[in-house]
Amino acid sequence: MKKYLETYNNTHSVRINDIPVLTYDEFCLLAEELFSEQHKHCLSYHAIDSGKEICFFCIVADDSNGKIYIFSHRSAKPVPELISLSPKIEQLQIFEREITENFGIVFVGHPWNKPVRYSHNRHDTKQVMNNYPFFKIGGHEIHEVGVGPIHAGIIEPGHFRFICNGEKVLHLEIHLGYQHRGIENLFVNENEGLKRCVLSESIAGDTSVGNALAHCQLIESLSEFNAPEDLQIERCIALELERIAVHIGDTSALCADVGYQLGQVVCEALRTTIINTTQFWCGNRFGKGLVRPFGTNYPLKENTIAEIRKILSDSGERYFTVAERIYSLPSVLGRFDGIGAVTTDQAIRIGAVGMAARTCNVKRDIRATHPFQYYRKRRPEIVIQQTGDALARGVLRWFEAKESIKYIFDLLDKWEKIKKSTKPPVYNYKLKPESFAVSAVEGWRGEICHVAFTDANGEIVQYKIKDASMHNWFALALSVRNQEISDFPICNKSFNLSYCGHDL
Amino acid sequence: MIKEMKILKQHGIQFVPDLKEAVLTPLFRGRPVIKEDISKSEAEHIKKICPSDAIVTEGGFGIDLGKCVFCKECQFACPDKIKFTNDYKLSSNKRENLVVRKGYKEIKFDEQSIRPEIRKLFKNSLKLRQISAGGDNSCEFELNAAGNVNFDMGRYGIEFVASPRHADGIVITGPITENMAEALQICYDATPSPKIIVLVGTDAISGGMFKDSPALNRDFFNNHAVDLYIPGNPAHPLTFINAILALIGR
Ligand code: SF4
Repeated sequence: MKKYLETYNNTHSVRINDIPVLTYDEFCLLAEELFSEQHKHCLSYHAIDSGKEICFFCIVADDSNGKIYIFSHRSAKPVPELISLSPKIEQLQIFEREITENFGIVFVGHPWNKPVRYSHNRHDTKQVMNNYPFFKIGGHEIHEVGVGPIHAGIIEPGHFRFICNGEKVLHLEIHLGYQHRGIENLFVNENEGLKRCVLSESIAGDTSVGNALAHCQLIESLSEFNAPEDLQIERCIALELERIAVHIGDTSALCADVGYQLGQVVCEALRTTIINTTQFWCGNRFGKGLVRPFGTNYPLKENTIAEIRKILSDSGERYFTVAERIYSLPSVLGRFDGIGAVTTDQAIRIGAVGMAARTCNVKRDIRATHPFQYYRKRRPEIVIQQTGDALARGVLRWFEAKESIKYIFDLLDKWEKIKKSTKPPVYNYKLKPESFAVSAVEGWRGEICHVAFTDANGEIVQYKIKDASMHNWFALALSVRNQEISDFPICNKSFNLSYCGHDL
Repeated sequence: MIKEMKILKQHGIQFVPDLKEAVLTPLFRGRPVIKEDISKSEAEHIKKICPSDAIVTEGGFGIDLGKCVFCKECQFACPDKIKFTNDYKLSSNKRENLVVRKGYKEIKFDEQSIRPEIRKLFKNSLKLRQISAGGDNSCEFELNAAGNVNFDMGRYGIEFVASPRHADGIVITGPITENMAEALQICYDATPSPKIIVLVGTDAISGGMFKDSPALNRDFFNNHAVDLYIPGNPAHPLTFINAILALIGR
């Protein structure tokens, strides 16, 4: 018997019964074997409560051949103590923590089994936001700095606890959960297609398109529906517009943090032009309402295409000019170069994805490795940086925006040549029974993964969401080690991770 | 230097000269108008479609912008009778006024119930502390944008500040999660009186798509009166700025 189910196609749905069930020993051995290769990383590892049993599902992405491996373990309740995989496979630490938080399962040997987000349905309600078990370091030269949950600007809440020796950060611990809205469960309770789709746009409003796309792909794969080519192209254009807008906005924020006002103001205005283009297309600056299951309310039109072309060539040109200036100014470079570096080895070990991985010379990009929608037919160029520092994270955005603009122009040309399907969305869909589907999308931060299980009637009984930030918050914590505490804002901004995407 | 001049020249002039009269793109989903009577059966049909329970049927058909997530599906279902216009002036100081009914041409402010100290003290300078309590980061983005080079609400003396101690009021986004409830209260208490409470976005006003989630705690509103409701998903910077201007009487 095969130990894992192998699927080639991202967004493929399978019968739950086809997923091999292993003993926990076999499960661990297989995990160790798979993750021993660096080109495999964890898309998602989670547990669900099926009544009598807790079922564990591990989903592994193979970046070398586009395959996805799924394997599982079931354990009757109450689940006995299990050996933690995290000491050997560090990237699983956050997933084991989540399982412990939700189901009270003890992972023996987990070095850092702390609450993840204090979900409302957590197993141990004695664990509350206020008694988070922070790591401590002794010594009278050592002091702690606590920041948050409410920060100095208009940003989401989270608590950062620094342990410092003078100005130097020895350790940063990030305590999240403030944004927890119980969104995963709402996908199960709401059995209307439109509600679910609108919810997916609120997982992280800065990634509305990315999450809505991940959701729609999932629903479509559970209905054996293949989006027509024109719809696929439109979705990819929307996703790339989102990427460009955020990358330019982040460039502005980075300039603000190092006091380069010209860069800040110019990029701020350029971001506006991009999100206004999305608004021109669909009526919302964040693309809410644009991506819908099985069809769209906003097919591309002549005037939208003309607007996209005009804005992208004009704003693109202006952005490249200013970006070139930003990243050649000694005063800016002095603040970014070598600051907050994460090594390739660290990135691989923590399972970093998306931008955080690509800045550390780790080529992880779902658009290339496990392509979806039109990326299957036309792969975008993947940008890689080597140094893993704040400069790499800044420059990566510049180069990625450049590639995305090129890519959109190609897609527009293609779109104009093909037959149009133009179907409205469908919300009263029927899903395949007893199935399991995975859908991964490369949002601007990195990989977003949605997973759903259906019961015998085709109702969704479990919905799991994983934002890139789930892996990457740890990269931020590592990046500030041995840095000046004053470099934290730059490090934080250069990662720009999601609070609500993590807290769910 | 020469490069900087080139960048500046390309940048040109970006600010929106008139924040009250600026016109948004035709498709912008702003204030809906209900053009004709909607029958009981139509109303029931739309009510079923609406993802956020925003359809009111008592006292005639209405759309509650405090609950609406601006998905526009009711218009797609009933295109002859409901139309979302690009009017971004959507806010009121009274919760009931957010319900749009047939023939309404604007969302009304109730001038009488604005506390007199608000206009007296904050008309020329209003400093706000923003609190995200489960917000999805889109309203937060738009609030940042309200102060940026395009919208520049600083021209009216309206600004976001870092400390609640420096603020004249708080601006809440998000449906208020249980996990943020205490921090919200602490922040509010730290703001000196007199102070205002502004809710931005549908999530904050009614809980939005999250209203039935057990992970929320909206007890804050049992004890505190709200001065301004600003709907949107998210609220556009122009919606926000015009709402504040209407409140402070400018
Ligand atoms: S636009 Fe508002 S009222 Fe209409 S269906 Fe959507 S949420 Fe409901």
